[in-house]
Amino acid sequence: MPKPLIALLATVLVAFGVSYFSDHIDPYYLDVITGVGINIILAVSLNLVNGYTGQFSLGHAGFMSVGAYLSAAVTLLLGPRLLGDSGGTALQQGLLFLGALVLGGLGAATAGLVVGIPSLRLKGDYLALVTLGFGEIIRVIFQNVDALGGALGLNGIPNYTTVFWVYSFAALTVFTVVCLVRSTYGRGFIATHDDEIASESVGLNTTRYKIVAFVVGAFFAGVAGGLYGHFKLTITPTGFDFTKSIEIVVMVILGGMGNTPGVILAAILLTVLPEVLRAVDQYRMVLYSLLLIVLMLVRPKGLFNYDYTAIAARLIRKFRPEGN
Amino acid sequence: MTEFLQQLLNGLSLGAIYALIALGYTMVYGVLRFINFAHSDVFMVGAFIGYFVGEHLPHGTVLGGLVVLAAAMAGCSVLGMLIERLVYRPLRGGPTLNVLITAIGMSLFLEYTGQLFFGATPRAFPSVFPTKVIAVHGLIISMNQVIVIIVATVLMLALQFAVYGTKIGTAMRAVALNPRAAQLVGVNIDVVISFTFGLGSALAGAGGVLYALNYPSIDPLMGVVPGLKAFVAAVLGGVGNIPGAALGALILGMVETFVDGSRWSTYKDAIAFAILIGILLFRPAGLLGRFTAEKV
Repeated sequence: MPKPLIALLATVLVAFGVSYFSDHIDPYYLDVITGVGINIILAVSLNLVNGYTGQFSLGHAGFMSVGAYLSAAVTLLLGPRLLGDSGGTALQQGLLFLGALVLGGLGAATAGLVVGIPSLRLKGDYLALVTLGFGEIIRVIFQNVDALGGALGLNGIPNYTTVFWVYSFAALTVFTVVCLVRSTYGRGFIATHDDEIASESVGLNTTRYKIVAFVVGAFFAGVAGGLYGHFKLTITPTGFDFTKSIEIVVMVILGGMGNTPGVILAAILLTVLPEVLRAVDQYRMVLYSLLLIVLMLVRPKGLFNYDYTAIAARLIRKFRPEGN
Repeated sequence: MTEFLQQLLNGLSLGAIYALIALGYTMVYGVLRFINFAHSDVFMVGAFIGYFVGEHLPHGTVLGGLVVLAAAMAGCSVLGMLIERLVYRPLRGGPTLNVLITAIGMSLFLEYTGQLFFGATPRAFPSVFPTKVIAVHGLIISMNQVIVIIVATVLMLALQFAVYGTKIGTAMRAVALNPRAAQLVGVNIDVVISFTFGLGSALAGAGGVLYALNYPSIDPLMGVVPGLKAFVAAVLGGVGNIPGAALGALILGMVETFVDGSRWSTYKDAIAFAILIGILLFRPAGLLGRFTAEKV
């Protein structure tokens, strides 16, 4: 069995184990762990677009909101009809939730396709602005649709998100992104990032690569949105604004664009850090912005941008007994 | 008919404010080829400078209003040059993505530092200019609108003179055309870029005060939405093109005012982005811009 697949299955198993004993874990820690997992999904999926493919999207929160609304609508509206008054068994609930998440992801991916096809012909600054614009348009639309709660948002979403779901999908996200980028096909993402004109002149369809990256990224953003909705139990359009997108972008930049382990580390750090620094919460965004500026001036490749496979190999060599 | 004229007037004054901000975006893009995201927050700082200066002046006088305007323009101009010197200059010539991220970081820094110092709650902007409402055949003309239109026109004419009638303006156009060639013929590129930032930020400062006069509730995040829209206006007219920015801003101001008056008013904030996406799809160089092919 290939190594990534083993890692995927192992994470799912561990997540299931943690979830099984979740009654014995302090709910506060459980909340933080769940938040970390959701941010890992968001950051790693955005890394496919902003990091590996080198396109600067500022609309990740928009896709997240599409997934959040769609999956919440499924469990809120379809749930009672499918499960009956009793609320259904745990297995039925799980299946419903899985369906809702996948549907949310597919909805977000569709939105990604609709946004991506026109806007990915643009570059750099323009792309950033158009994705930002689309994120805002999505938000304004949600604010105006009364069936989805309008500006008040959706309330009373069932509490389905568990550590198992979050980390299974986090593992799936990492698995997909890593395998995609390592595959022969996926080299095209990195080629697009490195030099678009050169890639096109050797016959790569760079627009197509950008769109694929965008759609895959949007899918996982949508799933993360669904998990987020069923974790917070309330979603409002303003919860998915520009600031949320920036937060995810900061994770990707801090971790090192196109470096998945680094991005995961950054996602963990940036979720846990505000919890530790609750006392100075009002300085959080000031610190974020300073971090962005200083990083770009001093360490433009990110803070955690190391070659982790090389580090792991060195460690293994160091601790392997002599003579083997 | 009266209603149409009324909307036209409202659109004109909104468009004039957008134009003042859009000019800063367009000038900076012209010389440095990057979007100065922090520009919309310089606009916000302008409104706050106006607020603090206006508090200490007698309200409702033309002279006091002009002092407020001048203070905001001077303060913003210094801020703009400072940002360029400290943050953008070390990155000049670096990858565009890094510059873009830094600009976003700078914008967030100004917004959230503003929140720390000024608080997040909106403040009421003092009416520094005389407030008077003139009614002509049912058409309501507020003094503020007249002031906005006059000030914006004067500033744009002054800009036109600065860019086309002075030595440094010629240098600015030379840098916009080709920075290296400009350097070869002896243009000091650092001075020109500083000047561009100063000029653009001064206009944004004036825009901030005028905006706050018409929408007298200011807070540290007030720049975000007008800033984005002004950028859309700059793209609409052709980014890097000074008359284009003014034209785009007027069109955008009109369209937005008319949408606001229709039954689609809740979608007002989305219309600017719809225009942005439309223009980038069908005429990426903007209405007055010229398309240039990328050379390898």
